[in-house]
Amino acid sequence: MAERKPIEGITTERTEALIEETLAFMPEKARKKRAPHVGANEPESETCAVKSNRKVVPGVMSQRGCAYAGAKGVVWGPIRDVVHVSHGPIGCGVYSWGTRRNLVQGIPGVTSFPMDFTSDFQERDIVYGGDKKLETLLREADELFPLNKGLSVLSECPVGLIGDDINAVAKRMEAELGKMVIPCNCEGFRGVSQSLGHHISNDSIRDFVIGKREFTEEPGPYDIAIIGDYNIGGDIWAVTPILEEMGLNIKSIWTGDGEIEKIAATHQVKLNVIHCYRSMNYMCKVMEEKWGIPWIEYNFFGPTKIAESLRKIAAFFDETIQENAEKIIAKYTPMMEAVIAEYKPRLEGKTAMLFVGGLRPRHTVGAYEDLGIEITGTGYEFAHQDDYDRTAPEMAKGTLIYDDVSEFELEKYVEELKPDLVGSGIKEKYVFQKAGIPFRQMHSWDYSGPYHGYEGFKIFARDIDMAINSPTWGLVKSPF
Amino acid sequence: MSEAAVEVRPLTVHTPEEIEKVKNWINTEEYKEKNFAREALVVNPAHACQPLGALMVATAFEGSLPFVHGSQGCASYFRSTFSRHYREPSAATCDAMTEDGAVFGGQANLFEAFENAYTLYKPKMMPVFTTCMPEVIGDDLTSFIRNAKQKELVPEDLPTPYANTPSFNGTHIHGYDAMLNSILKYLTEGRRIEDKCTGKLNIIPGFDGNVGNLREYKRICELMGIPYTMLADTSEVFDSGCTGTYNLYSGGTDIEEAAESINGKATISLQKYATASTMKMISSNYAGVSEVMPMPFGVKKTDEFILRLAELFGHEVPDELKAERARAVDAMTDAHQYIHGKKFAVYGDPDYVLGIISFLLEMGAHPWYVVVSRATKKIKKEIDALLESSMYGKGCTCYINKDLWHLRSLIMTDPVDGMIGDTHGKWAARDAGIPLFRVGFPMMDRVNLHRIPVVGYNGAINLLTMIVNKFLDIRDETDENQWFEMMR
Repeated sequence: MAERKPIEGITTERTEALIEETLAFMPEKARKKRAPHVGANEPESETCAVKSNRKVVPGVMSQRGCAYAGAKGVVWGPIRDVVHVSHGPIGCGVYSWGTRRNLVQGIPGVTSFPMDFTSDFQERDIVYGGDKKLETLLREADELFPLNKGLSVLSECPVGLIGDDINAVAKRMEAELGKMVIPCNCEGFRGVSQSLGHHISNDSIRDFVIGKREFTEEPGPYDIAIIGDYNIGGDIWAVTPILEEMGLNIKSIWTGDGEIEKIAATHQVKLNVIHCYRSMNYMCKVMEEKWGIPWIEYNFFGPTKIAESLRKIAAFFDETIQENAEKIIAKYTPMMEAVIAEYKPRLEGKTAMLFVGGLRPRHTVGAYEDLGIEITGTGYEFAHQDDYDRTAPEMAKGTLIYDDVSEFELEKYVEELKPDLVGSGIKEKYVFQKAGIPFRQMHSWDYSGPYHGYEGFKIFARDIDMAINSPTWGLVKSPF
Repeated sequence: MSEAAVEVRPLTVHTPEEIEKVKNWINTEEYKEKNFAREALVVNPAHACQPLGALMVATAFEGSLPFVHGSQGCASYFRSTFSRHYREPSAATCDAMTEDGAVFGGQANLFEAFENAYTLYKPKMMPVFTTCMPEVIGDDLTSFIRNAKQKELVPEDLPTPYANTPSFNGTHIHGYDAMLNSILKYLTEGRRIEDKCTGKLNIIPGFDGNVGNLREYKRICELMGIPYTMLADTSEVFDSGCTGTYNLYSGGTDIEEAAESINGKATISLQKYATASTMKMISSNYAGVSEVMPMPFGVKKTDEFILRLAELFGHEVPDELKAERARAVDAMTDAHQYIHGKKFAVYGDPDYVLGIISFLLEMGAHPWYVVVSRATKKIKKEIDALLESSMYGKGCTCYINKDLWHLRSLIMTDPVDGMIGDTHGKWAARDAGIPLFRVGFPMMDRVNLHRIPVVGYNGAINLLTMIVNKFLDIRDETDENQWFEMMR
């Protein structure tokens, strides 16, 4: 990949000075802890120097969530035909109910369950344990929602602390109910971020789901699974038509608008294509080791990356598929050119800063660049070293890379680099909008979407243009 | 798990007939009975946990930085919830306890976080409240905070009130109460001066996500010429303007004023159930009268509120308020025909629910189902008494400790015309094919409703406008050609 051309005004020296000035506000211990997590980008170095996946520095106002959030919100929640039980006190289930925008098909309460199921722990459950209650609850859920294809038990903090054994309950209830009952020990205090919740959930899929079902149709040469697309704002519905048009047969989706039994039969596919590497690479590796299924990463943000990805995926198959990929690229190119022709003139030369979860801070860079926007700073809430290594070549030299950035730091960085847009989350959104800086929520697509695929890029381009060029920003400065 | 234990099965397929059957079954009386027989499972509750309410109070004082002692994820959930509802920033810091905290307790995390938060964000006050985790392991906040100050991690004189807010007990309104009680006790300690009276009214809005309501209370006080201190004032915190500069500490009750509130002339809480322990403390510690009044929904409750203010302060009710009252009554008499006899399902926090019922009864509408998803028998008794006070409450039923999935069964088997509550009821309303009138917390799917007051005379007009016009919209959208007409 060709190295990005330098961004005007962005140099390693300036970035390093900014970091030093910012961290100087912190007490010594915090400064020492934070310093390895921020740096100026070195596109050519093999490993990114920015450290990650360490504990939150207490008190600095991190934006991170917890293991439960990674399990319920990210991996399990999107599976549409499972009753997901938030096991523990009332809050976690309420806060994560409908707040990630992982859209699902189906009839709510009948064939899909975009609802909040909880054991609503009370003091007595803490004192006497919640296992019995959980057993009753699973029985009630199965009776009231008979078309569910499984039940997941997602532990909240107290469950692990009081020593409940949800695994034993799940095993018993799976035998009794005759459908998958999946325990997931994703208590929020485990690990350092959402990331451990993803990993624990992947392990639960490995231990309690995969291999338990088989597709009724004969396996075919073009059978694939899409891994790590959570159907935010309908993303997956903009992705499957392209891959199907290419001649591929999508057998299961992990986990956006997903179906548990198809996930359980994924060991039969020929190839796994993975979008969100951070949250799902574990299971790709398991399927590779155990069933010999190869996997490749792809990127469906913006026409440049989509074309690259289609060719990469097609290379795994025969000439027919490869020809189809070229046909699709040729078919959509004029449409994409029209989108770029409309928006690029208004966006060329603008800059943006990103801070999102574990994938988008690098995966969306190409889509911004397709519109002529340069990324001056990026970073992740919960990424690991391998994510940062994949990020460095996507960013220009000297750009700012920050891991688990605190609110204090991000404000300072944005204040200095003055981007035309910040793309981050709900907690950050209004901080920057108050400062008159255009903003898009890049976890939830800001109640818009899809952003994946060709259809998604049209909407992405419209939204980014709308955010940056809205006339409302012109009203911020008062004449008196 | 051993390989042999895995039973490989083909994919389960449900036929369209099976699906249709269940789809119809969940709307039946038979299903309702099974649904109401649930003992352990809660589905779609209409309440959240204590620390959420604590955050609302902890952020509602000038320069105050909420401090969450416990898991990092909790702090992010609370902040996100407020930001989604208000479309505003919601700052809070957290000491991010993890596995080692579970073993050794959270003191080390609290120490580090105290120093970092104070150094970076320079708060004037740092109220501390807890998540489940430290509550389960039994952290001792009194000594943690004392030790932190002894180690000079924060100045000795930095107010650091704290509240235990376990999520496995009560709801967000109890966390609100615990935190408010703690902050006021802390700030007013040693400040009571015999015979000193500030002449002010202390007004406590309670857990109210509507900043328009808070402003309405203030406006009424101002019209009455009554000096006031609003305790836990979120109106500027969660509704600051866009000026091009972000201010971490926008608005909030002045800390010195809050400390002086102990010498006030009177204290009125407008949410009985969200301020029970606070009002108990105030009635024993504070000078002046302390009273709990119902939220002033509708004309009569607003009358009560204004009359009481007039009595307490010996002021006449000003002409402006008399005119406002008359306008509200005018609007209600003009529009009564569009709402009289309509049935509603009402759910939410007890004080809000009581207010909404009062308004509906005044309009001749029926609060047909009332659901409070975590409540005591005392609350049910008060709701039942209110329903019985009017002929329009006849046939109406109050359910406590039932959730929105129970409510769905009720409205599918014996329909109503509309639902009133927070955003979470939208699935049930959609299934029933009736409008949801968003009143309460949180409202995550509409803009600006949190700015439009639903209390006071103006609030009555606003509620009426929202409800009636929606019913008229529905007629215009659904009437067949021959029934579609110019006037309504």
